[in-house]
Amino acid sequence: MSAPVYDTYLDESQLPYFFCPGCGHGMITDHINQALVRLQIDPHKVVIVTDIGCSGLVDKYFTTNAFHGLHGRSVTYASGIKLADPELKVIVLMGDGGCGIGGHHLINAARRNIGVTVVVFNNSNYGMTGGQHSVTTPLESITSSTPFGQLEQPMDICQTVAVNGASFVARTTSFDKGLANLLAMAIQNEGFSLVDIWELCTAYYVPNNHFSKSLLENTLSRLNLPTGVIHQQSRPEYCHAYHQTVVKIAIKNPMPPRLMQTRYQSELKKRLGIVIAGAAGKKINSAATLFCRGAVLSGLWATQRNDYPVTVKSGHSVSEVILAPDEIGYTGIAKPELMLLLFKESLPFIQTQLSQLSEADTLIINTNLLPIQTRARVISIDFNQTDRWAAKKEFWVMIALAKALNSMRIYPIEAFKEAVSARSEFAADNLAAIDASG
Amino acid sequence: MRELINGAQAIVRGAIDSGCTFFAGYPITPATEILLYMIRELPKVGGIAIQGEDEIASMGFCIGAAMTGKRVMTATSGPGISLYSENIGLAIMGEVPMVIVDVQRMGPATGGATTVAQGDIQFLRWGTSGGYPVIVLSPTNVPECYSLTCKAFDLAERFRVPVFLATDKETVLTLATVDENKLVPVEVRERKFASPQNLFIPYQASSPDEVPALSPFGGAHILRFTTSTHDEKGQLTKSPEKVGNLNARLAAKVEAHVDEISMVKADLQPNAETLIISYGVTGRAVEEAIRAMREGGKLLSSLIVYSLWPVPEKAIKDALAGIRRVIVPELNLGQYRIEVERLVGDGVEVTGIQRVDGELISPEEIIQRGGLL
Repeated sequence: MSAPVYDTYLDESQLPYFFCPGCGHGMITDHINQALVRLQIDPHKVVIVTDIGCSGLVDKYFTTNAFHGLHGRSVTYASGIKLADPELKVIVLMGDGGCGIGGHHLINAARRNIGVTVVVFNNSNYGMTGGQHSVTTPLESITSSTPFGQLEQPMDICQTVAVNGASFVARTTSFDKGLANLLAMAIQNEGFSLVDIWELCTAYYVPNNHFSKSLLENTLSRLNLPTGVIHQQSRPEYCHAYHQTVVKIAIKNPMPPRLMQTRYQSELKKRLGIVIAGAAGKKINSAATLFCRGAVLSGLWATQRNDYPVTVKSGHSVSEVILAPDEIGYTGIAKPELMLLLFKESLPFIQTQLSQLSEADTLIINTNLLPIQTRARVISIDFNQTDRWAAKKEFWVMIALAKALNSMRIYPIEAFKEAVSARSEFAADNLAAIDASG
Repeated sequence: MRELINGAQAIVRGAIDSGCTFFAGYPITPATEILLYMIRELPKVGGIAIQGEDEIASMGFCIGAAMTGKRVMTATSGPGISLYSENIGLAIMGEVPMVIVDVQRMGPATGGATTVAQGDIQFLRWGTSGGYPVIVLSPTNVPECYSLTCKAFDLAERFRVPVFLATDKETVLTLATVDENKLVPVEVRERKFASPQNLFIPYQASSPDEVPALSPFGGAHILRFTTSTHDEKGQLTKSPEKVGNLNARLAAKVEAHVDEISMVKADLQPNAETLIISYGVTGRAVEEAIRAMREGGKLLSSLIVYSLWPVPEKAIKDALAGIRRVIVPELNLGQYRIEVERLVGDGVEVTGIQRVDGELISPEEIIQRGGLL
C-alpha cells in the first residue's frame, strides 16, 4: 500500500484542545481525525458542520472546510450542502443539546436517508451554558436545571433515527478503542448515518452526579441501550434518488405553451368588472381563467383574482375578472358591470357588489336563486332544463360565461372556444357546455 | 404576444432566468404556488427544489446550498419569516447571498391566510437580532415580480446578503395579462469568487465597505463559515477591534452603497405640491388615482419605491422638492410613513392612508381620504 497523502486532518496551530480536563470531546476529535486519515478523503471535499455547544468548538481543529451554524440546525445546513454538491463528504458534529432542539431535523434527515454523517457528542447535559438537563439526561440525574432530579425519560437518539429510515446507526462511548473504525464506517455509508457517543462532562455532569467512566457504561446497560452497530439498512440515498427519479420524470413534463397571439377582435371600449359567484368544487376558477384567456386572444387585457375558503372543496368560490382594452392596474372591483350568480354559497360574499349593480349592468342568474332584488338587467338560466346539464353543476359556469358572451358585446365566442380547446382537460365537455348556452 | 400569468409564475421564471438552481420552502398560503412551480420547474434546468420539514430547515438548506456556490431562493409568508428570523441573522453574519420572497398576508400571527396585507415592511428590515441591514425590493405588479426577482439575485450576488422580495397575496396570486417584452431577463452579476491560485482568506474584504470573495465548499480553497463573531480567517474571536471592524463592514457594505441599490419610479409633475409615496400593490391604485386626478386638471406627483431597504433617501428627498403635502397609502398601520416622516422638512404635512381589514386601498379611497378632490 502506498503511503497516505494526508497523515492528519488536524490543524496543529490550533492545538492543544481547549476542553476541560477529562472531557470526552478531545478523545472523540482524535478518533474523527483517525477515521479521516484512514479514509484519505481530500480535505477540500470534506465539510464539517458544527452545532452550538462545546462540540461546536471542534471544527476549528480541522483542516477541512467548516460550517459553524445555529443551535440544532446543523443537520439542515449539512443537508443543503449535500443536496447542492453530492460529491462532498458532509459530517455533522453536534451535542445531545442539538439533538433536542433539532430533533425534528434529525428525524427528517433520517427519513430522506440523505448522505450526511452525524456524530453526537453525548455528555448528558448542556456543558457550555452551565450543565442544564438535555434530552439524554438519565432519570433522577442532578443538573443545574433539575436540582431535585430529572423527571423526563431520556430519548433514544439511535432508535429515533433508526425507525425513521437512517441507514447506519451506532452507539458507543468515547472510551471505545474501536471508535475510529466505527466513525469510518459511518462516513463511508452512502445514506444517513449517526454515531451516538456517550462521554463525560467533567465540568458539570460528573461532579453533580458523582459520575465516572464505569458508571457511564453501567448507565447504558441500565437504560437498555446497546452499543456497537445497532442498525443498518440499504435504501436509496436522497440526492441519488432525486436525480434518478424526480429529474427524469420532471423533464418529461414541459410547461404548456403560454404565449397567446391576438386572433380575434373585441368591441369592448372600457373596463368591464365581472364577478362570478359560484361554489367550491364547481370549477369556477378554472373556467374564469379560460374566459380570461379568450379575452387575451381577443386583444383584451385581463386580470383574475379568486376568493375561496381554506377548505377548498366546500363553501363559496368567487372569481373577480376584469377585462379592459388597456393595461389594468388596480385589480379590485367595487362596482361590477356584470355579475354571474350561480350558487347560493357565495351570496353572503357578494352582497355589497350586488347592491352596487345599476340599470346599465347585467345580472346572469341561476333561476333557483330567483327572486332577487336588483336594479340590473336580469338574464336567468334554468340549468335544470336539460337532463344533460342538470347534474353536471361544474359546467354551469361555462354555460353562464357563454351566455354572457352571446348576450353582451365583450369578445367573440370563438375566442372562448379556442381558449377552451387549447387546454385539453375537459375540453369536449366545456365546448358542449358553451354550445348549450345557445 | 401576451400571456396570462400570476406573480408566482413570474417570480419562478425570474429566478430560473437569473440562474437560480436551488430552492427550499415550506407550504404556506399565499406563497405555496412558488414552491409548487419550483418543484416542477427547477429539476428541468438541472436544479433542485425541496420541501423542507419546516421553515427553519428550508432556510438552512438554502444557506448550505448557497455556500457551495449555488444561487438560491426560498419563499414564505409573514409567519414563515418569523421562523426564518434566526437564520436571516446567520445569513447576514456569514454573508450568504440568497433571495427570500415574502408573500405578505394579513397578520398578526396566523391572521388571514388568503388576505392581502403589507404588514411586514419594518419586520423584514428589523426581523433578526443585531439590527444589521438587509435589502428589500417590492414589486407593484406581475411583470415587476419577474424583473425585481432578477434584480434581487443580482444584488444578493453583489452584496452577499439576504435580499427580500416583499410581495403580497394580491400580486402573487392574481392572474394578469403580461406582454412578453416585459419579461426580459435582467443581467445578474456573478458573485466575487476567489482566484484558485492566490491565498484565500474567507472574510477578507478589499475595503471596509466591501464584500469578501467566496471560494465555495468543494472549491479550490478551504472555506470556514461561521455564525459567530469571527476574524478574517473565519475563526471565532472576541477581539474588540476585529469584532468592531467586522460588524461595521456588515453594515457599511450595504449602507455605503445605497445609490447602487436605490430603485424608484418617480412620476413628478412640475409645480405639484402634493406627492404620493407608495410601494407594492398599493402603487397600482395610486397610479390610477393620479391619472384620474390629472385628467381633472390637478397637479400631483407620485413616487413608487421599489427598493424599500435601505431607504432610498436621496430619491425621496429629490421627490420632496417643492412638496407641501405627502400622502403615504399602505396596507398596514403606517410602517413606511415613519421613514418618510423623518425625511420631510419642516412645514410638510404627511398623511397616511391605512387599511388593515384585508381589502385593497382603491384609487377612489386615495382620492377621498387623501383629500385630493
